[in-house]
Amino acid sequence: MSTQAIGYRPYGEDTPLERPPLVLGDNDFHSITEKVSRVVERPKPPRGWYVSLAVSGLLTLVLLAMVVYLISTGIGVWGVNIPVGWGFAIVNFVFWVGIGHAGTLISAILFLFRQQWRTSINRAAEAMTIFAVICAGMFPAIHVGRVWFEYWIFPIPNWSGMWPNFRSPLLWDVFAVSTYFTVSLVFWYMGMIPDLATLRDRAPTKARRIAYGLLSLGWRGSARQWHRYEVTYLLLAALATPLVLSVHSVVSFDFAVAQLPGWHTTIFPPYFVAGAIFSGFAMVLTLLVPARQFFGLKELITMRHLENMCKIILATGTMVGYSYSIEFFISWYSGNLTEFFVFLNRAFGPYGWAYWIMFTCNAIVPQLFWFKRVRTNLVWMMIIGVLVNVGMWFERFVIVMSLHRDFLPSSWGIYIPTWVDILTLLGSFGLFFFLFTLFCRFAPFIAMAEVKSVMPASHPHRAAAGAGH
Amino acid sequence: MSGSTAERGDQGQLAGLLARYEDVDALLDACAQVRDAGYRQWDALTPFPVHGIEAAMGNRRTRLPWIVFAGGAAGAVTGLWLTWWTHAVSYPLVISGKPFFALPAYIPVVFELTVLFAALTAFVSMIALNGLPRPHHPLFGARGFDKVTDDGLFIFVDVADRMFDRVATAKLLEETGALSVEEVRDE
Repeated sequence: MSTQAIGYRPYGEDTPLERPPLVLGDNDFHSITEKVSRVVERPKPPRGWYVSLAVSGLLTLVLLAMVVYLISTGIGVWGVNIPVGWGFAIVNFVFWVGIGHAGTLISAILFLFRQQWRTSINRAAEAMTIFAVICAGMFPAIHVGRVWFEYWIFPIPNWSGMWPNFRSPLLWDVFAVSTYFTVSLVFWYMGMIPDLATLRDRAPTKARRIAYGLLSLGWRGSARQWHRYEVTYLLLAALATPLVLSVHSVVSFDFAVAQLPGWHTTIFPPYFVAGAIFSGFAMVLTLLVPARQFFGLKELITMRHLENMCKIILATGTMVGYSYSIEFFISWYSGNLTEFFVFLNRAFGPYGWAYWIMFTCNAIVPQLFWFKRVRTNLVWMMIIGVLVNVGMWFERFVIVMSLHRDFLPSSWGIYIPTWVDILTLLGSFGLFFFLFTLFCRFAPFIAMAEVKSVMPASHPHRAAAGAGH
Repeated sequence: MSGSTAERGDQGQLAGLLARYEDVDALLDACAQVRDAGYRQWDALTPFPVHGIEAAMGNRRTRLPWIVFAGGAAGAVTGLWLTWWTHAVSYPLVISGKPFFALPAYIPVVFELTVLFAALTAFVSMIALNGLPRPHHPLFGARGFDKVTDDGLFIFVDVADRMFDRVATAKLLEETGALSVEEVRDE
């Protein structure tokens, strides 16, 4: 470990034989604590934070207004109609659930694979998961129209003596998404307990001391506590890993279990999961690149972290591109005329433009990450990250729009979103960024305890080798 | 000795001795020495999980995985019972010609409940076995202990240990190479 980097070092200098350090700069345990806690403790956050808070707060209010308008007026304010009975609400739902997946992938799957580079980014990614699932969960809740009958979908005894239909994919969704949210929340909170204790012990004011004291539950960092904590963390990771794969598979069942051409294909579950991870990582990039800049965390969230995420985007983007192609091929190869028509219609029908936006953004644009110059360039990362998210939103749109032309030409139609649809979509982005902005300021942005535990000085008999501490 | 009035100053009752160490190697060596001296009621306190400390302290593995397994099994049974009872017993209804007890269609629900129950069991039992939430602990009053969530590495020997002796234990801790040894009092 003689490669202790001094200051910020361009990533390209690493050789493949030598693992680049996870923490750059001349950092020890104390400086990690200082750097991460400063984000929360500094009296005034950077200006960018206020701008983000104002813009996203405004959009959240727009969302609120749209939801109130929808509920008080009725679903007719949206563009949905027969034959397109599912519009933006389902598109947004599937999109937002997908965004969440990168967070759980980073925190659970990479943990099980002992990918230590996850430690600086997992906290923010998990927070992103929680907020994305909140945005997602809102859409099925409001799209039913009579939201006051929502409790009918939960298996609770009620006056009618009826029970929900567990054979329906829509009910599987209720279980999948609510379990996913609960488990992610528990995982996220549990991971924060030691870091909240750090903030408690450093709190400059009494109010903060009490708030963080309550949240950290009296954590003392005892070895016996750490042991149980680590076992629990491992168990939660092991539980969350199949959960990530199941949630988006179940979401895809909403479509795949139907008999609509273009929907009921076995490729849907893996294809949805790959797309979810793909869009989730793109969103992590678009959040972390500015955040590390604003909060001075470049030594902790290094170019290596960002580059690794770009590689995952490249891999999953290629999977998604493969899925688009194989779907097309199979629809022709199957000899099912209706199926093949649906795909021709997707690419060259009235919504062909959406299909080509999807294909360009998801299958072609991420291929730029083959070039190291692109995947180590912050501007390119941001541009590609945003484009991938645009593309993934359109992917969901293209899939849902299969409804507009199915078996019978007599029942064909078209769907045009109304201003309420569009403002609700924008508003959901507002809510997401609003929650994330608040998180940046009030919670430990980086898992301090975990970062410390991957530093050389935390491992016995290596400290003497002179690295780090 | 424990009842002697000399220990009850205006600072409160003695709770134990707290020793601070320079680095992870020193802490692990000290843990092994305290373990070998035969102490039971003591603990190492660190800002991050130190690997290999269980062996150095002589701790047994936690029984948490078994509790979590039971939680998950309870979730699976709940899922099966819920789907079976509601659809085959309480409200039987033919839907798409599927049987009342359509097991393949229930697998997603059973799976999700298994994961949910197991995860909640894991979290709740971790908190409970760790004795949390505990807003007050004598250690929180100790000088410099707030470093434990920053970069401080400590060993705390509880006064409740049957081998505890103010002088002998302090001497042992000093011999293990502690930077400082401090008496912790419960206010």
